[in-house]
Amino acid sequence: MKFGVVVFPGSNCDHDAYHVISKHVGQPVDFIWHKETDLSGFDAIIIPGGFSYGDYLRAGALARFSPVMESVKRFAADGGFVFGICNGFQILCESGLLQGALRRNAGLHFVCKHVNLKVENSNMPFTTEVEQDKVLSIPIAHAEGNYTCDDATYHSLEENGQIVFRYCDENGEVTDEANPNGARSNIAGISNLNRNVLGMMPHPERACEELLGSNDGRDIFRSLTKAIDLRQAA
Amino acid sequence: MKALVYVTLKPSVLDPQGKAIHHSVESLGYKNINDIRQGKFFEIALDPSVSEADARDAVERIAKDVLANPVIEDYRVEISQ
Repeated sequence: MKFGVVVFPGSNCDHDAYHVISKHVGQPVDFIWHKETDLSGFDAIIIPGGFSYGDYLRAGALARFSPVMESVKRFAADGGFVFGICNGFQILCESGLLQGALRRNAGLHFVCKHVNLKVENSNMPFTTEVEQDKVLSIPIAHAEGNYTCDDATYHSLEENGQIVFRYCDENGEVTDEANPNGARSNIAGISNLNRNVLGMMPHPERACEELLGSNDGRDIFRSLTKAIDLRQAA
Repeated sequence: MKALVYVTLKPSVLDPQGKAIHHSVESLGYKNINDIRQGKFFEIALDPSVSEADARDAVERIAKDVLANPVIEDYRVEISQ
């Protein structure tokens, strides 16, 4: 099993992801510079957080044109696991690998705090190891996390179980007060139809150690590891 | 030859930045301003050898593929000599 962490100019959560995969997931991991195009040998690709290309034009808009992204698209089309975190989620939306778009937070501020997440679909590769009804505590740190999509897209996401995480209160209730950025229906993370591509604004890689206030993020990485194991055993 | 590209949020998309600007303008005492929406403006210099039709064609594609995110934004292209 091997993980890859893509590095764009301006990525700044790449080392966090690398640290978590190597130390807490305990699997081999390599950085992938954005100009590389060979993804053979990788089982999962992480598109990390940060400010790729300085967020010029729109967050994630220019990273989409990096050479590695064509390979990531092929990798995803072949069923490989792709995990976009924060800026990674923005890049996946700009690339068309996920539907919708991430806009400026409704309150305009950069929001950096722990939020509660309700797992809306625990029957997909990134969430199988999360206990049913568990409310995850995971930090967010973004100014453009306001998820939006048109009505038709929203209904298809909902019907197909592609809404994976919603912002909620500590009891798991999805409320307006628990919505940190104005995202449509409190959406914090979605998947593609095939469930092998996940994007989320919160940072599970920053929630894998008690010292940092939560290790709920490990559930997500453990789920992904198990999904890769199952696929390799098949 | 120059191409001018205006990128604006779709009317259905809320614009919190425009709203904040609107509040600031109101606080300066300007009345009768109903709404302000923020967009982006691009000036693209093209080689003079390109025909206007080709320029429009290329810039329309650039606007659609790069400058605007069609999920949330509209764009308008003007060509000027």
